[in-house]
Amino acid sequence: MAFDGEFFRRDRRMHPPAYTPGYKSSILRSPRLALVSLEQSISERTGPVFSAEHLDALDNDLIRNYAESGEAIGERIIVHGRVLDENARPVANTLIEVWQANASGRYRHLRDTYLAALDPNFGGCGRCVTDADGYYHFRTIRPGPYPWRNNGSDWRPAHIHFSIFGHAFVQRLVSQFYFEGDPLIARCPIVATIPDWAAVERLIARLDMEHQVPFDCLTYRFDIVLRGQRSTYFENRPAGN
Amino acid sequence: MTSHILKETPSQTGGPYIHIGTVPGFAGLKTRSQEQQHILATAGPVIRIEGAIYDGTGAAIPDGIIELWQADPSGHYNAPGFKGWGRAPTGGPGGIWSFETVKPGVVPWRDGRPQAPHVTLAIFARGINIHLHTRMYFPEDEAALVADPVLLTIEHPARRRTLVATRLSGDGMPVYRFDIFLQGDPETVFFDI
Repeated sequence: MAFDGEFFRRDRRMHPPAYTPGYKSSILRSPRLALVSLEQSISERTGPVFSAEHLDALDNDLIRNYAESGEAIGERIIVHGRVLDENARPVANTLIEVWQANASGRYRHLRDTYLAALDPNFGGCGRCVTDADGYYHFRTIRPGPYPWRNNGSDWRPAHIHFSIFGHAFVQRLVSQFYFEGDPLIARCPIVATIPDWAAVERLIARLDMEHQVPFDCLTYRFDIVLRGQRSTYFENRPAGN
Repeated sequence: MTSHILKETPSQTGGPYIHIGTVPGFAGLKTRSQEQQHILATAGPVIRIEGAIYDGTGAAIPDGIIELWQADPSGHYNAPGFKGWGRAPTGGPGGIWSFETVKPGVVPWRDGRPQAPHVTLAIFARGINIHLHTRMYFPEDEAALVADPVLLTIEHPARRRTLVATRLSGDGMPVYRFDIFLQGDPETVFFDI
């Protein structure tokens, strides 16, 4: 059974704390009391199973999955990468969901009132499942930066939100990735909630010219690491490595 | 013995538009397969679990999601025919989220002792930098609650009650109300797992 082993504790020094006043929305939405440390039981070491057969055919193609009168406008890109655990083993058959603004920085959402134009052919929602070796890919347009009310008009760097499940509830992760070379990354209050710049670097997708599609798409590489399992020599038989 | 070779990818907030990517029909996008993620069961003794998530001013947050993970009624995870996972937007009237499911059975603690029936919950929203993990228990399981190994790890007995739902009276399916308080006097217990 693959999930006998306990997962490594989450290293919270690499993650943003709950309370980050530079990102104002966190002030009223952050617990004030300490988290209660919980040893992992079967309730935490298991998780839902998703499979590619449950997806729709265009779920991993955001250029076409909302198209009405033509393809989405913007810089055509493919994002690909590999999902590994902390032991560098591939995480196969796990669901990745993505959402993003369009090329002008506008989300298809009632609450987004930014003046930039909506694209009638772009929804900004996609998903894919990793293959047996942990690889995933999707096609989209590069999202634009956009302003938001935080400290007056802050600007978000171009980013794509992602959600990933892994194979256990302890591996669940929601985050955002950014694009190599974007000068707004270092100026973003949400990026700055992460206390360690080395950790920020792990959220930056790298231009991958080797895998461009000639005369069609640029390609970015973004790898994801989920929590790994350790051996438990006394409580259970050794597992996880 | 192995140690960490790689480091976990850092978390970031799901942002104000998390509904686009996770419950797109609710966000006004075209619907697609697997839209009714808050319905885990339609047969058997179906129960409803509902609640709201309150911020530090007492306002229900309208722009998040909550996910649920549970065993089947016989205490098995990933059981054939019962996925055990659900997702609901927090954004119904009054900020209500809800699931329709079946009550989970007893699952073992690490040493084999029974855990009281519970569902595991994860909360994602704008302003939440890393998702919050909690559990909901059922109020009728009084004896099991007193002996539950996880509840007993919570130092202050008064805080344990923040993880127990309230059974609402009424006709039709049983309804359990579980309100989550991010801050304030009844701040819900959140776990570091």
